[in-house]
Amino acid sequence: MTSLLDSPTRSTPPTTIQRRSLLRDTLIVAARELRPVRRDPFSVMFGMVQPLVFLALFGPLLVGALGDSDVLGGSVWQWFVPAILVQVALFGTSTVGANLLFELQTGAHERMLVTPLSRPSLLVGRSLKEMVPLALQAVVILAVMTPFSFDLHLTGALAGLALLAVFGVGLGSLSYALALAVRKQDWMFWVVQQTLIFPLMLLSGLLLPLESGPGWMQVVAKFNPLTYLVDAERSLFAGDIVSTTVLWGVLAGLITAALGLVVGIRGMSRSAD
Amino acid sequence: MISTRALSKDFVVSRSHTVHAVRGIDLDVEPGELVAVLGPNGAGKTTTMRMLTTLIAPTAGTAQVAGFDVTAQPAEVRRRIGYVGQGNAAGHSQLAGDELTSQGVIYGLDRRAAKRRTDELLDGLDLTSLARRKVSELSGGQRRRLDVTMGLVHVPTLLFLDEPSTGLDPQNRANLWEHILRMRAAYDMTVVLTTHYLDEADSMAERVVVVDHGEVIADDTPEALKSRLAGDRLVVHGTDSRRLAELAQRLPGAREVRYADTRVEARVDDGPSALPELIRAGVDAGVPITSAQVHRPTLDDVFLALTGRSLRENESTDSTAGKEAA
Ligand SMILES: Nc1ncnc2c1ncn2[C@@H]1O[C@H](COP(=O)(O)OP(=O)(O)O)[C@@H](O)[C@H]1O
Ligand SMILES: [Mg+2]
Repeated sequence: MTSLLDSPTRSTPPTTIQRRSLLRDTLIVAARELRPVRRDPFSVMFGMVQPLVFLALFGPLLVGALGDSDVLGGSVWQWFVPAILVQVALFGTSTVGANLLFELQTGAHERMLVTPLSRPSLLVGRSLKEMVPLALQAVVILAVMTPFSFDLHLTGALAGLALLAVFGVGLGSLSYALALAVRKQDWMFWVVQQTLIFPLMLLSGLLLPLESGPGWMQVVAKFNPLTYLVDAERSLFAGDIVSTTVLWGVLAGLITAALGLVVGIRGMSRSAD
Repeated sequence: MISTRALSKDFVVSRSHTVHAVRGIDLDVEPGELVAVLGPNGAGKTTTMRMLTTLIAPTAGTAQVAGFDVTAQPAEVRRRIGYVGQGNAAGHSQLAGDELTSQGVIYGLDRRAAKRRTDELLDGLDLTSLARRKVSELSGGQRRRLDVTMGLVHVPTLLFLDEPSTGLDPQNRANLWEHILRMRAAYDMTVVLTTHYLDEADSMAERVVVVDHGEVIADDTPEALKSRLAGDRLVVHGTDSRRLAELAQRLPGAREVRYADTRVEARVDDGPSALPELIRAGVDAGVPITSAQVHRPTLDDVFLALTGRSLRENESTDSTAGKEAA
């Protein structure tokens, strides 16, 4: 039997210590989360096709229902493509906590908490991991849709994805905190996630324009940060980068991110109790 | 390396019920020590360890670990320690080798160095064939060894192990311990572990801290604990056990003298020298001893002496012992 300490490298404790930084920690966390995904290409492919199916089935209904009116602005697809990307980000990051539930039970999360990884990096890393499939999906969707009546504005699209990432960090962190909070009754996670995500989505004008809805919905939507994000994304994907709409969206994204991090870090410090 | 003062933890389970898991523990551990924390289930071992590793905040009291206060500077503490918890450290959806490497990277190694260490460690523990296997597909024992290996990747100056060898067969336990002890010797690691294997605490630790109901009830070397608190146990057989019991009662430090049928049991300070004395006394008194044994005490005897309870849950206390001798 060979043994570590008999090998030629004996008594060389790890010397190549890297400097700690939020970026390095975040990349470590995200890379670890992506590893199982990478080994499962089938689910990745499936994830790529899903939004296209939704686009293909929901889009024509929108065209049929609202194509003639002007609530959607110019083209239905210009209105709907950013919405699909926001939706993917919403579902991806709001289920960040679901991946955590099992690790909370086994002890893998506890181990992470004892390592020198900074608390924010655990939240940001897990949230940003969801942005990787999103970026791929965006490429596919934009590639498929650009031949149809959709104008691609590259800079705006990139800025839009970046803004989604900021918002995603917030939502992902909140989802993480939710998993921590319900770790002893994990079925609660899905109840809460589903109960919140659909009203949030519908009250943001993401899938159907609120202009055609009752007045109270438009009032409630004003208090939904997602509304500002969705408006900003539509503006960005239309190439309208410097505008107050975008500014409000950025603000909504930053506030969500800050809130998510605060709530997430607080949740972590109590999670072992 | 560790210094706690009145360290306490209460868990508020409901409005009317609070669990006092740890009640005012004072513990000092010097660099290089190997300390085993021993105690029954629910004694507060894990809770203590989780406070020392910054996972939970103490309700009261203070703890300095590796030179830093666990509440004031948890990040500094985390950098300097390693922790193998009671559960599975390795994520079930990950590959075993990947988890080891990423653990190394987390602690500051670059990827190449982390990979090299992964290979060394896997090789040393005969786990090389598992490197590309998914953690969820490993057997319980393989997973446990992987967990402990993960705690060793970065060679911490202070290593906490919460029941590291639970679920391992004797051969793997021995193999694991060999590694922990070698690494400790090579890198001057300080090791604090909990275990419910009494023999393990006895043979591995230089110091045993016995906890019960959240308090330290004894703290010494296994040898000192055994001779001070338990003493050697003599078991002799002879036709007149009552008479033999009386003779045994006169041995130095004799206590817990019991007899039944032909059997006599007694606790004495120094078994190897007391036994010949008892045999001689028996011959002189005309009650010869037909067979004799000296049992060195175990840590279970120590716990029994301290609490009146046995640490081995499913084992009744000595059923052959009869009435107390007068
Ligand atoms: N998170 C928790 N919430 C409530 N009670 C807890 C919690 N963790 C531990 N306890 C209680 O604290 C006591 C000590 O537990 P623990 O430290 O796990 O003991 P040990 O590791 O010695 O078996 C037990 O009574 C246990 O039920
Ligand atoms: Mg325990």
